[in-house]
Amino acid sequence: MNAVLQYTVQGLAAGSFYALAALGLAIIFGVLGVVNFAHGACYMLGAVTSAVLLDSFGLGFWAALVVVPVLLFCFGVLVERLLVQWLLALDPLYNFLLTFGLSLVLVDLVKRKYGVSGLPYERPDVLTGQLSLGDLRLPTYQLFVFVFSLAVCLVVWLLMTRTRIGMIVRAATERPDLARALGINVNRWITPVFGFGIALAGLAGVLAAPFRAITADMGSSFVIILFAVVVIGGLGSIVGAVVGGFLVGLVEAFGQAYAPAFAQILIFVLMAVVVLVRPAGLFGREEAA
Amino acid sequence: MRRKSAAAAAAIISGALVLSACGQGGPSSASGPITDDKVVLAVLNDQSGVYKDLSGPNSVKAVEMAVADYQKKYGDDAVATDIEVVTADHQNEPDVANTKAQELYDREHADVILDVPTSSAALAVANQAKAKKKLFLAVGPATTELTGDQCNKYTFNWAYDTYMLANGTGTAVTENGDKDWEIVYPDYAFGQDMEKSFSSAIDEAGGSVSGSIATPFPNDNFTTFLTKAAASKPDVIGTMQAGGDLINLVKQYNEAGYADQGIDLAVGLMFITDIHSLGVEQFAGTSFTDAWYWNMDDKSRAWADRFMKETGTRPSFAHAGNYSAALQYLEAVQRAETDDADDVVDELEGYKVDDVFLRNGEIRAGDHRVIHDAYLAKVKSPDEVTEDWDYEDIVTTIPAEDAFMPEEESGCSME
Repeated sequence: MNAVLQYTVQGLAAGSFYALAALGLAIIFGVLGVVNFAHGACYMLGAVTSAVLLDSFGLGFWAALVVVPVLLFCFGVLVERLLVQWLLALDPLYNFLLTFGLSLVLVDLVKRKYGVSGLPYERPDVLTGQLSLGDLRLPTYQLFVFVFSLAVCLVVWLLMTRTRIGMIVRAATERPDLARALGINVNRWITPVFGFGIALAGLAGVLAAPFRAITADMGSSFVIILFAVVVIGGLGSIVGAVVGGFLVGLVEAFGQAYAPAFAQILIFVLMAVVVLVRPAGLFGREEAA
Repeated sequence: MRRKSAAAAAAIISGALVLSACGQGGPSSASGPITDDKVVLAVLNDQSGVYKDLSGPNSVKAVEMAVADYQKKYGDDAVATDIEVVTADHQNEPDVANTKAQELYDREHADVILDVPTSSAALAVANQAKAKKKLFLAVGPATTELTGDQCNKYTFNWAYDTYMLANGTGTAVTENGDKDWEIVYPDYAFGQDMEKSFSSAIDEAGGSVSGSIATPFPNDNFTTFLTKAAASKPDVIGTMQAGGDLINLVKQYNEAGYADQGIDLAVGLMFITDIHSLGVEQFAGTSFTDAWYWNMDDKSRAWADRFMKETGTRPSFAHAGNYSAALQYLEAVQRAETDDADDVVDELEGYKVDDVFLRNGEIRAGDHRVIHDAYLAKVKSPDEVTEDWDYEDIVTTIPAEDAFMPEEESGCSME
């Protein structure tokens, strides 16, 4: 029983990274129709930037939680204005290729500057140690990651469903032509939405910094699983991305526990099953797929 | 890449046309002691991927340092008057390594290929060395196959192998009281090899392995694997992960606080670059086997200072190993008075040597395993660190004859 609880916490912690990043991916896809392959590289940039901020500017983990997403938002805005917007009118494949190329460039730039073996990062003291509940020992940091990302996801969801901006963005996502016809300037929201999606990937990267190896390649396999998450949840679906993220985290943890050799394959088996049964994903609408 | 080879092909074709147009000619092959009038040392390794920092471009620098030292030592008496160092990137892929080795031996006239991390890539190069009858001095790969079942006359393994790592760490940690082990290893050739070597070393030392967990590779989430390994309350968890995976695992091991529960961590293979990238704090107290450490004595330190001037960083054992292999190759050419591969092999076989890297070294004739002292090291705690890269304490020196697999067990037969 204890073990099951432990695996659940570990799965939810791992899922937190997927949920946050997938949320960004889903929002970008929803509003721009862009499948952002550079999302893994942006996750990596988030972690690397945290390490650099600590090393060069003495800015610790808490500051990074705020500063890094802001920086990545600006980076996202730049990328959208300079590159992505020119290809929006064309087949989505063009932006897919563009962002794929962009991720290669980013990874190589980081390798050039910081090498391949990674950067050190110190954990914030408050988050070290474990929470002991009888026999059960839960690492504080994993709990923090789960609670924090769940809170962020909730805020984003409220933003999307309860505010005027959110409604506009959702309208622009679901019926762009109708939204335009009603006099809403859809284009105005494209750039900030792209930046916001990138910022979420960066935030996931900040959370990963104390917990995972900070290397140029850290996003390369991450982004593959991220796509599985988005497909499972339903492309463009905000709730789907979050639920899919946590679900994949749990599958990964229980897979590692009970069928180690199949831990990663299980995720893609789940994806295949979902696609067969519900081609649009768990929370996707058929027509959006 | 394609354009490059197309250009090369064009160059060869036009060159051939020019030659045939001249009727006869072309460079007359000198029948001196040195083939093609020059000695070519080729460093074939990972110039851009995961092993770039621990070997990569700086190993080329180390080989150039060896060339400079050879030239300085022999001056006008040098047998190899013209020495060239070339390099190629094998991207850790066996098929790329195979093609590159062919190119280096045939087109670049390489007399020796050095380094080649990644065992599968190294085995491919060893086959080329055998076919072309040219030398291959391996520094980067860990497999015992190179000096075992797949050994050949022209291949030597210079620095370390899985047996040496397991024998050092597995034995020492068990004898120090951590008798009950759980092993976590990546599920590919190197990891499986390490798991086997460690298990038998631990058994022999009187310990036991209560479980081995295979993990996917690469992997960034080891929390559940660690929980499983810790469930049986072992004395120590042995990890065979390398590079970024190792760093992931160590961070998550620390996060879960297993050290406080009395579960130690032992690392199968670790380079100083790993400690540098994770930070001493997280690795403090971890035991591992090292083939060489830059600050272990004055001789190593003096060389490491020179290396620092050249590269701006401290050397890993792979860098020092490449220096040593290049230097001993050139010394063998000097003694043989030719770069003919068979003569150089004769000079190398059975040679006893002491240099910056090899201490009490011997190039075993039977299996071409280069044996030398190995070291059981412990990572310092942050307050013991007095300068950059000062990360290790050498706990014990494992004498050369005990450090490596005995020759009669290697299973090597050179026909």
